[in-house]
Amino acid sequence: MSNGTESASLPEAAQSTAGGREYWRSLEEFAGTETFKELMDNHLPRHAAAWTSAMDRRDFLKLMGASLALAGVSGCLSPAPAPPDEKIVPYVNQPEEIVPGKPLYFATAIPSEGYGRGVLVESHMGRPTKVEGNPQHPASLGATDAITQASVLGLYDPDRSRVISNAGRVATWDAFFSALNAELESQRVSQGAGLRILTETVTSPTLAAQLQEILRIFPKAKWHQFDGVGGDYVHQGARMAFGQPLETVYRLEEADVIISLDADFLLRSPASLRYAREFINRRRVPGTSSEANRLYMIESTFSLTGSNADHRLAVSPSAIPQLAKTLAARLGVPISAEQPTISPANEKWLGALVKDLQAHRGRSAIIPGEYQPAIVHALAHAMNDALGNIGKTVFYTDPVAVNATNHAESLRELVRDLEENAAQVLIMLGGNPAYTAPADIDFAGHLVTSNFNVHLSLYEDETSALCHWHIPQAHYLESWSDVRAYDGTVTIMQPLIAPLYGGRTAHEILAAVAGQAERSSYEIVRNYWRGQSQAKNFDAAWRTALHDGFIAGTAFSSRNVKPKPASGFDASEPERANSAAAVKAQNQPLLEVIYRPDPAILDGRFANNGWLQELPKPLTKLTWDNAVLMSPATAAKLGLTYQVGGTGGEHGTIYADVVELEYDGRRTRGPGWIVPGHADDCVTIHLGYGRRRAGRVGTNLGFNANALRTLDTLWHGTAIAIRKTGAQYALACTQFHHLMEGRDLVRAGTIDEYHKNPKFLMERKSEKEAPATLYPGYKYDGYAWGMSIDVNACIGCNACVAACHAENNGPVVGKKEVLRGREMHWIRVDRYHRGEPSNPETYYQPVPCMQCENAPCELVCPVGATTHSQDGLNDMVYNRCVGTRYCSNNCPYKVRRFNFFLYSDFKTESLKPLRNPDVTVRSRGVMEKCTYCVQRINQAKIAAEKDDRAVHDGEIETACQQACPTRAIIFGDINDPQSRVSQVKAQPLSYGLLTELNTRPRTTYQAKLRNPNPEIENG
Amino acid sequence: MASKPPDISGDTLPVIEPGHTFASLTDKISSIVLTGRTPLFWYITFGVGFILVLVLLFCITAVVAVGVGLFGVMIPVAWGFAIVNFVWWIGIGHAGTLISAILLLLRQKWRQSINRFAEAMTLFAVACAGIFPLIHLGRPWFFYWLFPYPSTMGVQPQFRSPLVWDVFAVSTYFTVSLLFWFLGLIPDLATLRDRATRRMPRFIYGMLAMGWRGSAIHWHRYEMAYLLLAGLATPLVVSVHTVVSFDFAVALVPGWHSTIFPPYFVAGAIYSGFAMVLTIAIPLRRLYGLEDFITLRHLKNMAIVMLATGMIVAYGYLMETFMAWYSGDIFEKYMMMNRMFGPYGWMYWILILFNILIPQALWIRRLQTKPWVLFLIAIAVNIGMWLERYVIVVVSLHRDFMPSAWGMYSGTVFDYGVFVGTIGLFVALLFLFIRLLPMISIFEMRELVHEEEARGE
Repeated sequence: MSNGTESASLPEAAQSTAGGREYWRSLEEFAGTETFKELMDNHLPRHAAAWTSAMDRRDFLKLMGASLALAGVSGCLSPAPAPPDEKIVPYVNQPEEIVPGKPLYFATAIPSEGYGRGVLVESHMGRPTKVEGNPQHPASLGATDAITQASVLGLYDPDRSRVISNAGRVATWDAFFSALNAELESQRVSQGAGLRILTETVTSPTLAAQLQEILRIFPKAKWHQFDGVGGDYVHQGARMAFGQPLETVYRLEEADVIISLDADFLLRSPASLRYAREFINRRRVPGTSSEANRLYMIESTFSLTGSNADHRLAVSPSAIPQLAKTLAARLGVPISAEQPTISPANEKWLGALVKDLQAHRGRSAIIPGEYQPAIVHALAHAMNDALGNIGKTVFYTDPVAVNATNHAESLRELVRDLEENAAQVLIMLGGNPAYTAPADIDFAGHLVTSNFNVHLSLYEDETSALCHWHIPQAHYLESWSDVRAYDGTVTIMQPLIAPLYGGRTAHEILAAVAGQAERSSYEIVRNYWRGQSQAKNFDAAWRTALHDGFIAGTAFSSRNVKPKPASGFDASEPERANSAAAVKAQNQPLLEVIYRPDPAILDGRFANNGWLQELPKPLTKLTWDNAVLMSPATAAKLGLTYQVGGTGGEHGTIYADVVELEYDGRRTRGPGWIVPGHADDCVTIHLGYGRRRAGRVGTNLGFNANALRTLDTLWHGTAIAIRKTGAQYALACTQFHHLMEGRDLVRAGTIDEYHKNPKFLMERKSEKEAPATLYPGYKYDGYAWGMSIDVNACIGCNACVAACHAENNGPVVGKKEVLRGREMHWIRVDRYHRGEPSNPETYYQPVPCMQCENAPCELVCPVGATTHSQDGLNDMVYNRCVGTRYCSNNCPYKVRRFNFFLYSDFKTESLKPLRNPDVTVRSRGVMEKCTYCVQRINQAKIAAEKDDRAVHDGEIETACQQACPTRAIIFGDINDPQSRVSQVKAQPLSYGLLTELNTRPRTTYQAKLRNPNPEIENG
Repeated sequence: MASKPPDISGDTLPVIEPGHTFASLTDKISSIVLTGRTPLFWYITFGVGFILVLVLLFCITAVVAVGVGLFGVMIPVAWGFAIVNFVWWIGIGHAGTLISAILLLLRQKWRQSINRFAEAMTLFAVACAGIFPLIHLGRPWFFYWLFPYPSTMGVQPQFRSPLVWDVFAVSTYFTVSLLFWFLGLIPDLATLRDRATRRMPRFIYGMLAMGWRGSAIHWHRYEMAYLLLAGLATPLVVSVHTVVSFDFAVALVPGWHSTIFPPYFVAGAIYSGFAMVLTIAIPLRRLYGLEDFITLRHLKNMAIVMLATGMIVAYGYLMETFMAWYSGDIFEKYMMMNRMFGPYGWMYWILILFNILIPQALWIRRLQTKPWVLFLIAIAVNIGMWLERYVIVVVSLHRDFMPSAWGMYSGTVFDYGVFVGTIGLFVALLFLFIRLLPMISIFEMRELVHEEEARGE
């Protein structure tokens, strides 16, 4: 089973293993150099550069003397600048009420690809430890996604850049400011003709105002936008349909039939948390009288949304616009398109779909995917219009993104200017274009030739390395700023902590460009809103906005618009320039290729986040790598196979065949991965990997898809050549087995079956009575905690996994340990497929500890390290555990996790404040598992006891429950018949996992109900 | 004692070759220890064993210092080589006490020339076995928490756990075996004391002989104590592997949760124990020229015991398979199919071949007295029994109830290092024993000579 070929064929990938593996364990080695660097940065900034240059002996001795003399002083100096006198407002308690051990919550927002999502951040004694959703914020509704959960690790990341650097040497803000001023002076003469500002998607009103101010001072300057994950096709499509860029907002709660044209709206949308909630709310069958919704998906790659669809059509990406046209024509949109030939099976599918849509006029929604070309968006608008959905399920507002432009064109223009030396001063605010820009325009190559460029970034990344100036960026938890949500709602972002490494915000850089280097972002943001405010008492309004986490009434009102006649669409649509990318080697099979941001690390911006790297990706369950995803049929055609590793195997190592990809003369290599349900004759590649300067965690993992991309084929390309190389590569996959082996783990049926007989699932499975026993059961007086997980509501998004990891101080083990099957997630989302591998049904099942009343683990522990609490929790006593691992063997659910090595990082200073002080950081050699967030239970119990009352239902929310976008997890007291969890458990769809073993699990499940169209299902 | 020993096989092969006198056999056996030159093969074998002991020490140090993660264990296979080896060694450690105690009580005189080194083998095997549960702990330095010592915290072991029973079973077994072995050595230690020519050996053997003078009272007390200890040891032979089997049978893992495990494990233990005795006895009798004392009769009898216990083991396999089908339980059924045809299926078939099919050759009478045939069969059984434990421990765990948690296991360098290291420890201890103590009980052999003479007269 050895894999000698791996390193031979993929040297960079083999190193990636090392990068991941060494994340938490080689820190001490690193600490030496880091401490030294920090000392130099803080106290001898000018001399620090000298260390890297050649020097003579005299200089060396002088420096030695100086640094030795200062070495003693370093302890007295604070490395961070004194915190500014800025007031931030706690969400619940007044600051004077700070009680050690009691966290405070502050409202802010996370800018997620530019769009805000309201969050409440838990702060322990001034250090943010956990991010939760803001229940009042429209884009959050109290939920978070995995990336938001992991963002707090990003704050404390020891690899974040810590110093302003000038051409690799440490510099100061003043030095930067004077250098910038010198450049700007010369630009002033030419009215800024050589000044270029490159941003990602901007929704911040303050930043927009600042940019406008700069464009006023430098009228000939240009503002470019390029976002590694945004395509901006949404606005282009709206422009095509309405003549103006508009934001589309869906009200999915009103939609009975939803058609997604490659839109992964449950995971990848500025409103995904809200859409997921609305989508699932219509599928919670018991208790609602209204009809359940039905989701049809037309897509190529198997997306999270696709896996939740009732019906799914997997077609190659080039066929989607064609299908959209056909669909539009059948829905009565006047369109002059030649009708493509459609296979009989798809014909029937489309026919049923059209019928379903026609039957739900005004109660349906057609959602185009953000990476679909403008024409698909325009057609979707036209179809929604034809179905009378506009104003009912589909709404249009002003664009949230400021100055929405075509990012690809914007970048192309910038590169052209760099090439012609028209762009002399380039200021990049965030982003990492040297990595994310497609290969064909050679952004990095042009960047090094420019006169003066500045990069503001959290990390010294690929772009920073090529820039004259790099400025450390303040993390969003360190920043004053503002951001708009998908519907325009503004949140004033307030910092939870002073910048750890003296980072600056984009506001401060732009203020410096505008000649006001001394202005803090607090001042800038506050001044902007003071100008905007009509409130009599601005201070009070400001405080309210900070406290609530959003400014009420800032959502855009919907606009009454009507799309232009669809016949006008096609003319303006530029054909995708794929024909140019003809591959020379014609004897190789040519496939289409789809590029998508990685579900965890997006375009690589979170590559250095170990929590996200180790998060099993929703469908593939891969960690630490990307792969060339393809359908079983395509893999068979290419002759690709797997080899299950002898170590870890289905729960760890899978050796995948490495393929070589060639597109337009550029080549790269990556492991092939078979995804049931992927469209045939095309492959999907996730971006974000193959980073060269991401940090200790993210560098050299996977392969870089940007090396193949061209600006014309940012998200879809045709004619990619794929060749099997014969090499193999070890991928870390946490769940390879997709079949349930006839076991009764996820129970599923259809809504029709349920309506005919609500108990049908229980009757179909021979539900056994609990085995007879001579002993009376234990009587739980007081509380009896229990959980119910609605499989029907679980969309498989991983938010619970990330939230659990963040709440419970979960360690990152690295790729090598995941390969061995030793990942440490206390809750996992099991993924099962059913049906044809070409288009399977997918089921997700979150599996935390079942907290069995008859816990098999407790019985076998020789030292009593896992015991039962009075309220029915299966407790783990870490300091009593000797590590026989017998409990794990005897756990039928395999939810126990073992610290085979010292996985928790006890050494890295910056990670210490990250820990939840209420949860033990586990050491080596002990078992651990889900505790139902016992720390939260005990806090609530203590609070209730002080008030001399019982814990209210809903007062305790476990971390997984709190994060869940669809509220699939319910926790509470099962001794209280009125509690929500008791009521849910009493419903006929409730079932326990492996109850025939007489484990009496406290965690139970609600069966999955699909809502297929009988016409398609029965044919 | 003049009655003829019952001949279990109805065979007429002698248990000691004729022509030996008290003096000749005492000379022969004690000379290996006292006067004979240490042969070259001793140095070679002991040297190899000693190097492997160093490997063992290195691996143990690394595992304790870095973490048990150096082994291949993972979730779901949280027990791996360490437990496989533990069960294997404990099994091997069954033959000695069985030969000494049970056969003593059954008055099987042929046991007398093999009981000494079989007991030594037992001790060393149990010592090797004892290493594994210790080092496979996540925190081995807290191993003593498994003992009911008066802790100031007031915490006690959790007595429902079979692992606690294991601690008692194995430590009792080791203690009784050690006492039994030492007690049996006392008259011979006195012989060595009397025959030693140099001061140091005379002193050491003298101390160990505890003042044995061979008086009638001494013999009377000795026989009584030996018989009592034999009575005490007899249930232990059955209990130890029964308790070891509880480690599995009490758990609810398919492939473990089975009521047949106790008898099946005990039979398997005796099976592998006798295989190991043969593996050691056949080369030793050849190398030290002890064919007169360890005769073909011994080999034949041991072969028959092996065949008998092997058939019980075969019955165990058969019943496991039958019950998997008969139970109608999908988990049991899947477990059995996976055992036979899953990724580790090859192991199952090799173990069937080695444990069941190859030993059937022992039905052929001619082969029962062919030492090299017996040696090869014994080696096959040793391997087969190791594989059996691997199949039970690993293959049951790697695919249990939740397909989403299934995984594959394989040993790492450290797993193999510790395993090979304990084999080295076993060899090294055995050769030290051969060099320093009489490997055949001199006084019991004298009894046999006496009986032979009595019969001859």
